Amino acid sequence: MSGTVHTATDQIKSTVPHPYHLVTPSIWPLCGAVSFMLTFTGIILAAHFHIYYVLAAGFICALATGFVWWRDMIREARTPGLHKLVTQIGQRYGMALFISSEVMFFVSFFWNYFNYFFFPDKMGTAFAPVWPPMGITTIDPFAIPLFNTMVLLLSGTTITWAHHCLLEDDQKGLVRGLAVTVVLGLMFLCGQAWEYTHSPFPFYHGGIFASSFFIATGFHGVHVIIGTIFLIVCLFRARAGQFTPKRHFGFEAAAWYWHFVDVVWLFLFVCIYFLGRSAIVAG
Amino acid sequence: MSSTTQDPHAEHGHDAHAHAKPGFVRRWLMSTNHKDIGTLYITMAFIGACTGGTLSEIMRQQLMYPHNDVITSGAAWNAIITAHGLIMIFWFVMPALIGGFGNWMVPMMIGAPDMAFPRLNNMSFWFLACGFIFVMLGLTLGTGTGAGWTLYPPLDNSQYSPGIATDFSLFSLHLAGISSLLGAINFIATILNMRAPGMTMHKMPLFCWAILVTAFLLLLAIPVLAGAVTMLIMDRNFGTSFFEPSGGGDPVLFQHLFWFFGHPEVYIMILPAFGIISHVVSTFSRKPIFGYLGMAYAMVVIGFVGFVVWAHHMFVSAISDNSRVYFEVATLVIAVPTGIKVFSWIATMWGGSIEFKTPMLWAIGFIFLFVIGGATGVVLANAGLDQELHNDYFLVAHFHYVLSMGATFGVFAGFYYWIGKMSGHQYPEFWGKVHFWSFFIGVNLTFFPQHFLGLAGMPRRYPDYADAFAGWNFVSSVGSIISGLSTFVFFYVLWRIFSSKEVLADNYWGEGATTLEWAVPSPAPHHTFEDVPVIR
Repeated sequence: MSGTVHTATDQIKSTVPHPYHLVTPSIWPLCGAVSFMLTFTGIILAAHFHIYYVLAAGFICALATGFVWWRDMIREARTPGLHKLVTQIGQRYGMALFISSEVMFFVSFFWNYFNYFFFPDKMGTAFAPVWPPMGITTIDPFAIPLFNTMVLLLSGTTITWAHHCLLEDDQKGLVRGLAVTVVLGLMFLCGQAWEYTHSPFPFYHGGIFASSFFIATGFHGVHVIIGTIFLIVCLFRARAGQFTPKRHFGFEAAAWYWHFVDVVWLFLFVCIYFLGRSAIVAG
Repeated sequence: MSSTTQDPHAEHGHDAHAHAKPGFVRRWLMSTNHKDIGTLYITMAFIGACTGGTLSEIMRQQLMYPHNDVITSGAAWNAIITAHGLIMIFWFVMPALIGGFGNWMVPMMIGAPDMAFPRLNNMSFWFLACGFIFVMLGLTLGTGTGAGWTLYPPLDNSQYSPGIATDFSLFSLHLAGISSLLGAINFIATILNMRAPGMTMHKMPLFCWAILVTAFLLLLAIPVLAGAVTMLIMDRNFGTSFFEPSGGGDPVLFQHLFWFFGHPEVYIMILPAFGIISHVVSTFSRKPIFGYLGMAYAMVVIGFVGFVVWAHHMFVSAISDNSRVYFEVATLVIAVPTGIKVFSWIATMWGGSIEFKTPMLWAIGFIFLFVIGGATGVVLANAGLDQELHNDYFLVAHFHYVLSMGATFGVFAGFYYWIGKMSGHQYPEFWGKVHFWSFFIGVNLTFFPQHFLGLAGMPRRYPDYADAFAGWNFVSSVGSIISGLSTFVFFYVLWRIFSSKEVLADNYWGEGATTLEWAVPSPAPHHTFEDVPVIR
């Protein structure tokens, strides 16, 4: 075996040009990194000195960079001959790997939650070893959370509806399916906003239950916002007729992301809202 | 800014941009070329190594004599050890091995024209550069970040570290983490999707295998660190109590989350060095690597097992006896695939016509010293012994043998091996060897005595010590001065390299060097493999 391994001299020179897409120089990566640095500086300045404009500037720069970069990518994708099949496969790898890393991000918050769910004595000797902690009134899982579960599950079917329309080249159905999915995403976000503003436990100095609840559901909410923006971009692209039954990776990536957000919610609903409910729940 | 936007219509003809080198701004601030981005990473690693190295020289000066007054405040000492750890890991070893050599060599070794996502590649670098600004702010603002590189609460909570320096250090990990994560996605997509026809996974050079496994470790470990650091920042600034016992939080949870990242991080730093050593040993023994498949899958096994041993860093953190037993046994298992690698390197050299060029010296030095670090690792894997040794200099000696010698020797082996390919200029052999021997003597003199200090009970992370420890601390500090002077030899080597007029052949190492980067000219042209190579 080892004798045949990777020898440069065995290489055959060919005149077949490579099929990959080499992009031209771009300033957006530098802008993207600097806007994240600005945003993080802004968070620190806001937390310590109540200075908010750096945060706002960083956030706007990050959004603007995302916009122009995304626009470049769509232009390239629509230029014939740039994104050959192998490049499209590469993009699939990229998106799938990104979602895997997102899963591990949520693992850290579930790890935090289960640390106390399974071992409530880890809250320390000042607390009775029960989960949820004594004195916490939790949110009724069968009120808004169940409704939101249904909304997200329905949105999972409507995006599949849109996908099937696209595969049949039914562009009107695609737009309708996407529009309904976006509306369902916004409905979910409204439900979460209502739930947060009517929460029976406070976020600030609310103790370990509130911290665990808000960080897990909060980061999920952020991901729903990102997913909804992704779907809205796809909606505009669908209206412009940019997706074809054979080439629509932008749409598929949005659908993958949406399903990922959906699955995270199911775990949140079962583990935190349902299994983590207290004897007394707020309506 | 707007004038720099892509114009895919104009420039994407295959020949249009093939040989045109862009101007300074377009080349270095807007790069989408894996070689230029690799060079940027190596520059970052150089800056990081000089900064982190200077900090360690300051520390050794303070510890040269008992009751020394080089550093007058404990807070400054704490800030220096914290920054030294963070900078050496995230801004020296990782950018050199993964961002630098990985970017330069992986696409060439698999016969690809570039990385899968060139703009993402560039953004990875700029995230790291921005992170360096943050970590330096963490060192210098106020009294600096004094929690140690592990950033354990309560040391870094708002009560004990109230200033903004700690927030900057925490966010610097976010920036470096995003950088590594995006880089990992890029490497995996490149290696899985862009290999030349005929380059099957089982024919792929071992450095690419090393980077592939490293990238998977980054992909799955970094987000957990991001979650933990986010919770810390929330605790400090936004009234949560994840790690605050007063609100029911659990500080030990942070250690679990941190080391779930931190242990794979150990392999993230050493696996690329393993890959480089395999190439160097094979080249200068003029033999194919012994047990190629075993070498590749040993790294895969190390990667898997590396994810389930994290709590051996927490033997003194009140974990249960059952956990200690499990984590001790699981840790010892890692000695098996590591042994496969060491014995295969030796078997590669066995019967080879060995040439002791500078890269080979670094590689043999690596094997020798990494085995010493590995052996003290087996000692520390024992939960009982670790409780005795965990917080003293034995542990400092152990991890500097695997990092300051293991990973760093890997960096230098790769540097001397590839600098001709990267720059087109060869290093001076004599001065390369002077650099090796002076550094070898320096680091061993620095860290070997620390085993004795640790066994004698000298605690780590303090700026002072009892008079009884004076002798070996003096020896250790002399060693650090020697390695510091050795770095000036390296600067001289650099000057000789870049002022050299020598013209290099494509494959200046001869028949021993068999991977694809030796099939292109030295220096490698701006674009390589624009026509797909076919591998037999």
